[in-house]
Amino acid sequence: MLQQSKIVVKDFSVHYHSDEALRNISLQIQPKEIFTIFGPARSGKTTLLKSLNRLRDLIPGTRHTGTIFIDGTDIYDPKVDLYQLRRRIGMVFDLPTPLPLSIFDNISYGPRLRGINDKHHLTEIVEKALRSGVLWDEVKDRLHTSAIRLSGGQQQRLCIARVLALEPEVLLLDEPCSGLDPISTASIEESLRVLKKEYTIILVPHNIQQGSRVADRAGFLLNGDLVEVGTAYQVFTKPLNKKTEDYITGKFG
Amino acid sequence: MRLPRRYLTQRIAKILIWMGALSTIGVMIMILFQVLREGIPALHPRFFLDSPRDMGREGGILSSIVGTAALTLLAVFVATPLGVGTAIFLREYTRESRISRIIRFGTDCLSGVPSIIFGLFGFVFFVIYLKMGWSILSGGLTVAAMILPTIISTTEEAIKGIPRSYREVSYSLGGNKWQTVTHAILPNALPGIFTGVILSVGRSIGETAAVILTAGSSLLMPTSLFSPTRTMSVHFYILAREGISMEMAYGTGAALILLVLLINTVANTLLNRYIRHRT
Repeated sequence: MLQQSKIVVKDFSVHYHSDEALRNISLQIQPKEIFTIFGPARSGKTTLLKSLNRLRDLIPGTRHTGTIFIDGTDIYDPKVDLYQLRRRIGMVFDLPTPLPLSIFDNISYGPRLRGINDKHHLTEIVEKALRSGVLWDEVKDRLHTSAIRLSGGQQQRLCIARVLALEPEVLLLDEPCSGLDPISTASIEESLRVLKKEYTIILVPHNIQQGSRVADRAGFLLNGDLVEVGTAYQVFTKPLNKKTEDYITGKFG
Repeated sequence: MRLPRRYLTQRIAKILIWMGALSTIGVMIMILFQVLREGIPALHPRFFLDSPRDMGREGGILSSIVGTAALTLLAVFVATPLGVGTAIFLREYTRESRISRIIRFGTDCLSGVPSIIFGLFGFVFFVIYLKMGWSILSGGLTVAAMILPTIISTTEEAIKGIPRSYREVSYSLGGNKWQTVTHAILPNALPGIFTGVILSVGRSIGETAAVILTAGSSLLMPTSLFSPTRTMSVHFYILAREGISMEMAYGTGAALILLVLLINTVANTLLNRYIRHRT
């Protein structure tokens, strides 16, 4: 391979109590691509995302085998700085999750945790993040009002901007448009195409169409098995596996 | 004409529910009316600015007000950090385990113990064994132990009500456990914690049995935490029980009620402002 993979998942399995949530996943994700992981509900998509930033550590009763490398470093190595890892691998959840704070305080939450307290510096970070999240023009005059008063689409872009304020390397997006109307969805997809220039993005789409619209490559996850991986064009138009084809054509799902 | 049975049930249920609500309000109004009617004539400014004379037959209740305030503040300032800390420990730092079950069982038991038992414990432990004597300190610590379960359980409920997503967000933005507790959990649990603290303030001010055994019944103006004192509830109890002065007893009672109303009003105003500010 010419280029070193950003993320290498190797023989990775996750057990939740006695259930197997992920089975022997092996996967490579390249820098600055949009990789989409799609599949029916409860097939392990969120588990896989939360394994990449180790947010799954918070869920009692799960354990894993195999490992994950990011930039060649084993993220499950006990020596890894967990908090730094999570800042490098930003995550946006399926429902907008603004904290009950002002817009400014939501965006500056991460940088403040990292120890940045200089007001001027924070203001710069907030503006830059909101611009990248395509929200700046709508909120620049009311940064100190509560983020809860924003509309659903604005809240979700706020959550994306909040992650961007960490200056991460990878973005994990877990159905970021699931609660949104088509116009908000379009604006988020548009910002993803811009963000791709700087970030490696792993997207769980809220439907197959979204995956095929924005992704470079795609992986089909079914009941904890990674059934098929390929370029988005190939997977969505000429799937090699019968199960992938059945899912994409709507025979089940 | 016979009404179908379900209409009858509906009507009876409605009457019973209304009766329940009305009698609750009725009892409250009767108590307030009785105490305020008998007590308000005694409430002239000197009543609040003078200390008692002649066993409380004359003068006011200033030393009692000071003693009550000091004891209540001490109790709340001791119990709140301990209680909030315990609740955070139970909710955020342990999973359901034997230790957390033992602590929870212990606090449940404590909250069911009659206050006179706390008084006896405070008397034996703080007053005698630790040689603190009858004092605001002994009384405050005893009442702190008494209100601890309330603060623990209200704080736990408040933390339980915080969406799991707040935690996930905080951790996913690189927060560690302590940062998550202080930035994402406590600010959102604050209204609930505050409610528990206000409940506890009310209980501390109203407590008689545990306080009379640990803070004594001195009418002198307290000068330090080691001074004995007679809180307003104890004053009321002694005045009425020993037939010293019903007039002054009711005056003290009315002052107590007004004090608690005032604290609740101020607290609610502050709380609402805080909540409005955040949403």
